[in-house]
Amino acid sequence: MSLVVFVGVYAIGNPITVLIDPRAPQEAIQRAIHDLGLDRPLYEQYFFFLKNALAGHLGNSFVFNEPALWVIMQRFPATLELTLTAMVIASVTGLPLGLIAGYWSDKPVSRVIMTGSILGFILPSFWVGLMLIIVFSIELGYLPATGRGATVAIFGVETSLLTLDGLRHILLPAINLSLFPMALIIRLTRAGVREHLQLDYVKYARAKGLTNRRILFTHVLKNIMIPVITVMGLLFGLIIAFAVVTESVFAWPGMGKLIIDSITLLDRPVIVAYLLLTVGLFIVINLVVDILYSILDPRVRLSEETR
Amino acid sequence: MNEIVDGGRRAGAPAADRDTPFRRFVADFTASRIAVAALVTFVTIILVALLGPLFTLQNPYDLAQLNLWDSGLPPGATGTDGQVYLLGTDDQGRDMVSAVVYGLRISLGVAISSGVIAVIIGTTAGIVAGYFGGRVDTLIMRVVDMQLAFPAVLVALILLAVLGRGVDKIIFALITVQWAYYARTVRSSAVVERRKDYIAAARCLSLGAGRVIFHHLLPNCIAPLIVLATIEVASAVALEATLSFLGVGLPVTEPSLGLLISNGYQYMLSGRYWLSFYPGVALLITIVSINLVGDQLRDVLNPRLQE
Repeated sequence: MSLVVFVGVYAIGNPITVLIDPRAPQEAIQRAIHDLGLDRPLYEQYFFFLKNALAGHLGNSFVFNEPALWVIMQRFPATLELTLTAMVIASVTGLPLGLIAGYWSDKPVSRVIMTGSILGFILPSFWVGLMLIIVFSIELGYLPATGRGATVAIFGVETSLLTLDGLRHILLPAINLSLFPMALIIRLTRAGVREHLQLDYVKYARAKGLTNRRILFTHVLKNIMIPVITVMGLLFGLIIAFAVVTESVFAWPGMGKLIIDSITLLDRPVIVAYLLLTVGLFIVINLVVDILYSILDPRVRLSEETR
Repeated sequence: MNEIVDGGRRAGAPAADRDTPFRRFVADFTASRIAVAALVTFVTIILVALLGPLFTLQNPYDLAQLNLWDSGLPPGATGTDGQVYLLGTDDQGRDMVSAVVYGLRISLGVAISSGVIAVIIGTTAGIVAGYFGGRVDTLIMRVVDMQLAFPAVLVALILLAVLGRGVDKIIFALITVQWAYYARTVRSSAVVERRKDYIAAARCLSLGAGRVIFHHLLPNCIAPLIVLATIEVASAVALEATLSFLGVGLPVTEPSLGLLISNGYQYMLSGRYWLSFYPGVALLITIVSINLVGDQLRDVLNPRLQE
């Protein structure tokens, strides 16, 4: 995997042409090539890279002249707060909408919600982001369209969540990013509610004379939360990837914007470090979710054994 | 037994029968007015894309045909030669109607050509996995699972970061992202179908594996494949637009809808909203109409809903 990425990234172009003014004197260009280690053969560069990668050094960014991993980690808090806010918005609106759509599944309200969730699936998120900017920033002028706004540092980490200006800036990108997970949570909750309302324990609860509200919120909700929470874990990895798009649309200075900028500037070490980091993150998230799922839901283990 | 005979006949589609499967299919499909409207829209879009050069004002990428005097005109303005620019012009005097039509050609061309190749690869892999089972199945499906663990945007982004921009590269990336969905879908129906009697009968005739797979098994696995292929074309259009918007997709010389939106984005804050907005609307109509057609196909072709 690392070899594929490395050789591939090597093949996309010569960063010298982007980084150095072609009018610079020849010896300056030679010196830069040598300092960046670009004059050595490819396999030597790879083994050098591999040796350092295992020790945790993924090379210096050509553009920032700082360790690539450090450049990425500096941007990580911005991405994290964006994805967390999006996740909160998605679950706070998605769960109730899913419950409504599942409980009144024959009523028009359910159809409206389901149509909305289908739109959340199929519309490209960059397009929705543009529309949000046109409507709320340009036409109505309520919210700023780009940047992170004022930040405050807690424990050395900058965050926009604690200032009013920062909150105004995070709202549009977070809503944009939340639409896809929201659509998924709505569908999942609705399917869960519909399935569980047919089950025996709901009939017993009804026979016991419990109110509909109590049945729905205490009994059904508890049972459908297992798959919903698991999927939320998977979604978290997914929207870190989706954040690439949202961050580019809203010029949010996170990891996703960084990787797009790095691809344009051919900043190889940052690209390689980002890809390795994201792939690693995904493998960890998937593993954790798989394990959690089999712990939370015994039926998964059963079906594996009978197969 | 009846069901099997019926299933076999449906696949063979006898022309003499008055109530042919095709007629039944048409009747079912036209039952929904929205789906018919969506189909008409989609066919119109395809026709516009195919016949576009015949009726557009200009070839928007032939610089000799552009008129710089007409640059930056709003929608509906009249140019110096008396022609009407229905959707306005960009800063080089490019008619946006022509730009959208040409963009549509490229977007759909990329999506459909990658879709066709992905269907061929995915179907072959899926049906081979489903028919043979055992180790072949495990091997193919592990690759599929591994790939589906990562979101499509991320996989495509990694590939394009490595390969660079270009039509061939984005088609390759779209194929890589999509084939796994086809493989999984075809495999799941192949696993069910191969246990049925007609496959056993075909085997008893000592037909070759290739013939059993492609002449007997495949026709009976095709319904979910058609539905998936329709919807995947829409998501390929969306994904390509997203990647081009991010600046990692198509080169500037092949402006798809996504690239048009991206180019217009920088003028949006200065009030020339039409440069991004109308390509966006074209993208939206394309994606939504394809999805509506796909949805109706799913309802019509799903044997469980037919009874």
